[in-house]
Parts: sequence; structure tokens; C-alpha cells
Amino acid sequence: MAGGIKKFVVGSFDDEKVLFPAVKNVRKAGYKIHDVYTPFPVHGLDHAMGIRETSLHTAGFIYAITGTTTALTFMSWVFTKDWPLNIGGKPNFALPAWIPITFELTVLFSAVGMVLTFCYLCNLAPFVKKHHFHPRATDDLFVMAIECTDKTNDAEVQAFLQSAGAQEINVQVAETGWWIGRYHKEQKLYKEEKGY
Amino acid sequence: MSLLKYESQLREPLVDGNKDYHQVTEDIIRPIEMKPSRLWYIGFYISVALLLFGVYSVYREVTYGIGQWNVNKTIGWGWDITNFVWWVGIGHAGTLISAILLLFRQGWRTGVNRAAEAMTIFAVMCAGQFPIWHMGRVWMAFFVLPYPNTRGPLWVNFNSPLLWDVFAISTYFTVSLLFWYSGLLPDLATVRDRAKTKFRKMFYGVASFGWSGSTKHWQRHESLSLVLAGLSTPLVLSVHTIVSFDFATSIVPGWHTTIFPPYFVAGAIFSGFAMVQTLMIVVRKVLNLQDYITVGHIEAMNKVIVLTGSIVGCAYLTELFIAWYGQNPYEWYAFKENRANLFSPYGWSYWLMMFCNVVSPQLFWSRKLRRNITVTFFMSIIVNIGMWFERFVIIVTSVYRDYLPSSWSTYYSPSIWEIGFYLGTFGLFFTCFFLFAKYFPVIAVAEIKAILKTSGENYKVKMTDIEKQDAEKFYLDEVEHAH
Repeated sequence: MAGGIKKFVVGSFDDEKVLFPAVKNVRKAGYKIHDVYTPFPVHGLDHAMGIRETSLHTAGFIYAITGTTTALTFMSWVFTKDWPLNIGGKPNFALPAWIPITFELTVLFSAVGMVLTFCYLCNLAPFVKKHHFHPRATDDLFVMAIECTDKTNDAEVQAFLQSAGAQEINVQVAETGWWIGRYHKEQKLYKEEKGY
Repeated sequence: MSLLKYESQLREPLVDGNKDYHQVTEDIIRPIEMKPSRLWYIGFYISVALLLFGVYSVYREVTYGIGQWNVNKTIGWGWDITNFVWWVGIGHAGTLISAILLLFRQGWRTGVNRAAEAMTIFAVMCAGQFPIWHMGRVWMAFFVLPYPNTRGPLWVNFNSPLLWDVFAISTYFTVSLLFWYSGLLPDLATVRDRAKTKFRKMFYGVASFGWSGSTKHWQRHESLSLVLAGLSTPLVLSVHTIVSFDFATSIVPGWHTTIFPPYFVAGAIFSGFAMVQTLMIVVRKVLNLQDYITVGHIEAMNKVIVLTGSIVGCAYLTELFIAWYGQNPYEWYAFKENRANLFSPYGWSYWLMMFCNVVSPQLFWSRKLRRNITVTFFMSIIVNIGMWFERFVIIVTSVYRDYLPSSWSTYYSPSIWEIGFYLGTFGLFFTCFFLFAKYFPVIAVAEIKAILKTSGENYKVKMTDIEKQDAEKFYLDEVEHAH
């Protein structure tokens, strides 16, 4: 639930063509982009925003070799140490016959591990609720949220976004983390009089 | 605008009509927000009725034992395992479309991958029923798992292809489910954010896991999809390979063949694509999605059908040739007398298989027929009948005449409960599919949006103009600045 309540200037763009230069200019002007919410993966946007590459695939590789070693060590232990079976006089350590199961467990561990890691990193789970800056961010708008500090002049940022080509611009106070909740109920996690 | 890749104007558009992002959302999500049609209810109730008949058939089998089926001493697998292999085969198209075609960067997969993956999952669910209920004492089913037990512990036999199957099918099911659902998350969030009713807000809110569309999340999502595709590619090939090992590692004439793995995999893709065609032709019409599942998509799948059908045909002939060339009298007898002899008890099934799988798909060499929806629909059904008979031929004709002529059993025909079980899996499959088509986006909305500006019809027209003006400037403006 890490996050905390912050204030944002939010602008929506309806074209990636406008969004890219806007991202560049906003960063150049020294504003801090909290995030850009898009309805589909916009290629190159992560680089434009200066987000580092994900290492999810490395995690996937580690899970995969965990699966491989689990399968191989378990089967060898069972068939050579714990309960050696004489199957037609064939060797107990029957590596070629274990390849199918080793392969399947490699894939299984990697896939399950990666999906769980993905959900953990992105805070995705049933009953998780987050603040969404614009409902059309999952439809046709590219929504940029700029984080405000004590020194930020909202009006200035709004004017800047306007000049960058944003369509709807507003100021929102929002919880940046997640909480347990449902989407059919409106919830305010902060009090209006808290200073914002 | 960012372009992942440049797409030639000569290529057929993948999304027809004058679409923008919002229109894509509207077209695909609207059926979820409307009341289902009368046709939907009729179809759904028929499926549920079939499912209930299947449940009753299984109840008979569990209560009175396997004797409720007409399987006998030599034909121990009969319809049951035929149906198992058939359903698993059908379950191959979804992951092939979403994984292998993703790696091959085939844009057309975006129109059909979601529904095909759903089909895969339901087909594997159906397939799993057969070996489980075939155990007879199904309450002992957990014996197939290697768990520490009080009998030693006595472990499962890791050298047995039947156990490999347990691992292969369950891994395949799990990975396909994860792949499918992780792809669904963004689209479920789209439904959630448009929801007007309390139920929809709640249901899709829970189901979409709080997806927000953050750039970082998309970056991880892309990485996840790519790696899952990379993992699923060998996985999808391994599953039917391992199913074929159930036969190939035995020494039964007609089964003991090294050609089985590639031959089974090609057959699986063949029948899987046929099932995708059957379903998609109906879905595009009923849900009005002709702009997203175009004739071009259908043609692309027909090309896969003619390719894999020909591979299967080649395998049949190779198998026949090797049976003769190998000069093993039992092997040759199985092929010559049990199968190829039209007047033997099951000769008709062999030739039906040959006709449906090898001869009929050759029609698709003609572009006109490939692009004909009616022909494709009938062909898809013929192919699935043919592929069912392929498994029937392999399973029944290899064993009905044993080494010992006194135990030959030429009169195997299924009992009503055997047929009922098969119909029941159709019920399960279509019940799930009807629910899926009603409550989930049948096309990957986000993925269509991602290809819209390269492959959408209206954008293609615009780009032709831009291209004509100045190709170099076009590249600098449109392609490069994304990187």
C-alpha cells in the first residue's frame, strides 16, 4: 500500500504523435512525470520517459533453472537413492527418460514465477483498487500525471501542458498506492481539509 | 506516432473500416454490455443440456464401473482416449497462434488470439476428463502425483510416458491459462472503466486486478508476454509429442513409430486451426466483428490448414511405406489388413480419415476457395471429423486384431454412455465458450489498438499519401523518433 497522498497535474492526449514531444518537453522543463497511462503498450514510451529496462525476464530465467534443478534432483533422488526400481534391467539413473518432465517443470516454474512476480511488482491482484486519473486511459486517451511538490506552481504546469497539446487538464489529489476495495463504491482515502 | 515497424502498403489491412481507438473499444466491448440474444440463450441451454447428459454418463461409469463402456480386452482405450487425443489436439491452435505467431511477428494473430486461447483452455479442460474418468476408481486419481505417501513412499514411475502426460497436460493448461489471463487484464480494465452497472463495476473491478495502464506496467507486460511466448513455443510442441509417446514407446504394431511426434504435432495444429475457423466464423457474424476478423484472417488460417494437412498426409504415406519397407509381418499386417483394406471391419474409417485430412484440404490451394467463408466453414468441420477418425484409426485398428486370433474383437462399437461422455465434453466446451463470448472481450482490444495505425484500413490510406511525398522524411518523423 506504499505510496501516500500526493497532488498531480493531469493532462490527457489523444494522439501518440503529440504525446512523444510532450513527454520530452515536460522532462526538459524539469517537471517530474509520475506516470503516463495508456490504453495499449506504446513502443518507445518507456525510453522517452527514461524508465529503465525491466529485469522480469532475468527473474524468469532464474525460475526456469530452479525448475530444471528441482525436477532433475528430485527424480534422481527417488530413482537412485530413495526407491530404486528395476525397470527391465535398465539403469536407475535414466536421464533421457526424465527429459520430458524436466522440460515441463522448467516451463511451469518459469511461467508461474514470472506471472506472480509481475503481479507483485505491478501490485495486481483481485480486490486491489487504485486511483485512476482518467477513465478513458484504458480506452483512447494517453494520460500524463505530473507530480507536484511544495514549490510547484500548478497554474504554470497546466499552461505548459496546454501548450504541449494536452486536451483535458486538471489537478487531482490522489493516493498513489493501492488498497483493498471494490470498484462499485466511491472511496476517499484522504480528508479534503488535510491541506490540499 | 510511434511505429513498431513499417508495414508495406501492399499488405491487406488487418482492421477494416474507418476506426479510431475509441471505435475499437466500442465495437469489441459493446456485446458484453448488451443483453444476450435469443440465439445465445438457445445455444447456451443446448450446451448445458449436453453437459448434464455427460455428467450423467460419467455418473453411470463411476457407479457401475468401466463395464458401462463397450471397451474390451484388446480395445482398452476405445472412444475415451480417442476423444482425449482429439481434444488435446484442438487445444494446440490457441497457444500456437498467440505464442509462435507472436515470435514470428504475424500481425494477423491479434484478431483471433484471444478467442483461440480461450478455446485452447476449454479444449484442454475437456481432454483432461478422459484419462481421469478412464481410471475407473477416480477417487484414486491423486495417485498420479509424486507426493510423500505411507506406502514406502512409493513414487510414480518417472520413466513412463503416461506420467509424462500428466506433467505435460497440467503444465500446458496452467501456462495457457496464465498467458490468456495476463493478456486479458488490460481489456478487463477497459470494460471496468466503461461500466455503468453495479455488477459490471464490481465483477470487472475484481477481475482486472486493479490494472491502470501505467507505462512501467506495460513495459513489464510486454516482457512477460514475450517470455511466455518463448516458453509456450516449445511447450506447445512438447505436449502433443508427449501424447504421441504414449503410443510410440509401446511395441504395438501401428504405434511403434518414430514419426509420431512431428506427425501428431502437425495433426494437432491442423485440427486446432479447423476448430478456430468453426468458432470464429460464427463469432464474427454473431458479434458483428467482421472488421476485425477479416477474410484475410480466415485465409491466413486456411494456409496453415493446407500446410499442416499436407504434412499429415505425407506422414500417413511415410508410415505406410515404412510398414511395407520394414518387412515386419505384424506391422505390415496392421497397415495392410487392419487399415488400408477397405473391406476389413474398420477399413472405412481409414479411408474416411484419408479423404477428410489429406484430399479435402487440397482445395485450399485455390485462393478463391480459401477466401470463401462457406467453404471454409464446411471444411473446418470435415477436418475435425477427419482428425477424430485419425485417432480412432490409430487407437482401434492397431489393437482390435491381437497377436492371438482367438482374442480378436472386431465388433467394438461404443455404448450410449461412452457417446454420452463425449457429447458431455462438447457441452462443457460450448458452455464455457458461450460464457466467454458473453462476458469477456473476444478480441484483444489493446493489441488491436497497438496495430491499428500500421494495419488499419483508414491509416493505410493516409500513409500511402505521406509515403508518396517524401519517404525519408516519413521515416524520420514516423518511425525513428519512437526509439
